[in-house]
Amino acid sequence: MSEGLRGDGVYGPSDGIVAREIEGEIIIVPLRAGIGDLEDELYSLNETGRDVWRQLDGLRTLDEVVDALAADYDASRDEIDRDVRGLLEELLRRKIVSAAL
Amino acid sequence: MPGVGEGYVVRRGPRTLWRDARPLLSTLDIELTERCDNRCIHCCINRPQDDRVAEAGEMSTERVLAILDEAAGLGALVVRFTGGEILLRPDFAEIYLYARRLGLRVTLLTNARGLTAGLAELLAEIPPLEPVVVTAYGMRQESYEAVSRVRGAFAQFRRGIDLLTEHGVPFVVRGTLLPPTRDEMDDFEGWAAKLPGMDERPGYIYFLDLRQRRDDPAADRRIAGLRLTPEEAMAALERDPRLARSLRSLCAVQAREPSDLLFKCGIGMRPCVDAYGVLQPCLSLRDPSLTYDLATGSMREALADVFPKLREVRATDPEYLRRCARCFLAGMCDQCPAKSYAEHGSLDTPVDYFCDITQAQARFIGLLADGERPWDVTDWRERIACLKA
Repeated sequence: MSEGLRGDGVYGPSDGIVAREIEGEIIIVPLRAGIGDLEDELYSLNETGRDVWRQLDGLRTLDEVVDALAADYDASRDEIDRDVRGLLEELLRRKIVSAAL
Repeated sequence: MPGVGEGYVVRRGPRTLWRDARPLLSTLDIELTERCDNRCIHCCINRPQDDRVAEAGEMSTERVLAILDEAAGLGALVVRFTGGEILLRPDFAEIYLYARRLGLRVTLLTNARGLTAGLAELLAEIPPLEPVVVTAYGMRQESYEAVSRVRGAFAQFRRGIDLLTEHGVPFVVRGTLLPPTRDEMDDFEGWAAKLPGMDERPGYIYFLDLRQRRDDPAADRRIAGLRLTPEEAMAALERDPRLARSLRSLCAVQAREPSDLLFKCGIGMRPCVDAYGVLQPCLSLRDPSLTYDLATGSMREALADVFPKLREVRATDPEYLRRCARCFLAGMCDQCPAKSYAEHGSLDTPVDYFCDITQAQARFIGLLADGERPWDVTDWRERIACLKA
């Protein structure tokens, strides 16, 4: 599934969404048509998703994101890499993030 | 990593979004103008399209954008633009886009007459995320223009509907029950059923308000003459069994211990910025003694410190205390301080029209016997229990 994600790839919020942080929740609101299912338009991230999202700034590579999270989490780098790629795939599929490079 | 499981991204509706704290503001109404290109016979707020005094007092673009910033900062998820007719503002597209780029979902209330192909394209490309709400003032040119009192308005309304449809913009329509339109309900509902996005029978504006700013006694007399009588309101219930069902559900939920608390509605939870930058506790309540000027204070202060105090205010009007404060149907009655203000200029003088309607509805669903008054009923809990059963 995640073979398509390159470690030196850079990912950031898509210009088709607006991300808001309200009361500790990261809420993703579609801006352009074709993002998400319009009858159910709000998305939020689970706890892991929030931490990863804050790293996806469109500047850092995927490997750098994993490194930064590995410094904070008591988990193996491989495990974190797998989780970050899983989240990224989901965000890419929903067009919430896009590849910056 | 902790918290990892199936689905990193959770799709939620606004009601299930918050786990712990809730933001101070959820939905904000903004009245972009009181001016309207229609001159509807029943309107409680409109001013003429060319009212230059009203226009000069309206919020500037920058002021509206600053209010949107503040609302988003307070956590609002939804903003509803209403009027008057919102499309009269030449900066409408700029305001709309700004709201959407802040991550707000937007509800638009419009007569659709001023819709252009460009605006429809914008709404298709950057969808409001809430269906556009279009009020239909008639199904034929004669009826529509008898209500709107503007020649050519019907054709513009239909063009607006066509534009929304052609561009795939989700919208719903709602009707009005007025003398020129009351014999069109079947036609209206048949037409509405064919519109994309109209999954349910359309709603209606049933019970008319007098002028909310108490600014036009002649209009008040006209509006009072247009109101559905209790008998006509019952005929509407007989016509649509779903209405009677929803009325029973409403009674079952809203029936409550009678109280002399003036506000029974969570006043201030859904505030409204009027066209001139004044924050009202709700869309309808325009008593100047209860509003808050955003030019001299912050929305946060109004919502955190000022409006909550209204929830503790108690009625003093003797007739209110004799009737409304002892009435178990108060929760389903349109009587409220906003309506009292529009009708009487006070906050707690009962509005007989709404009282009569509520009693007629309660008789219709078997909660009251003929001649019985709800404030004299002592076994109301048992009656509500029967209703639920």
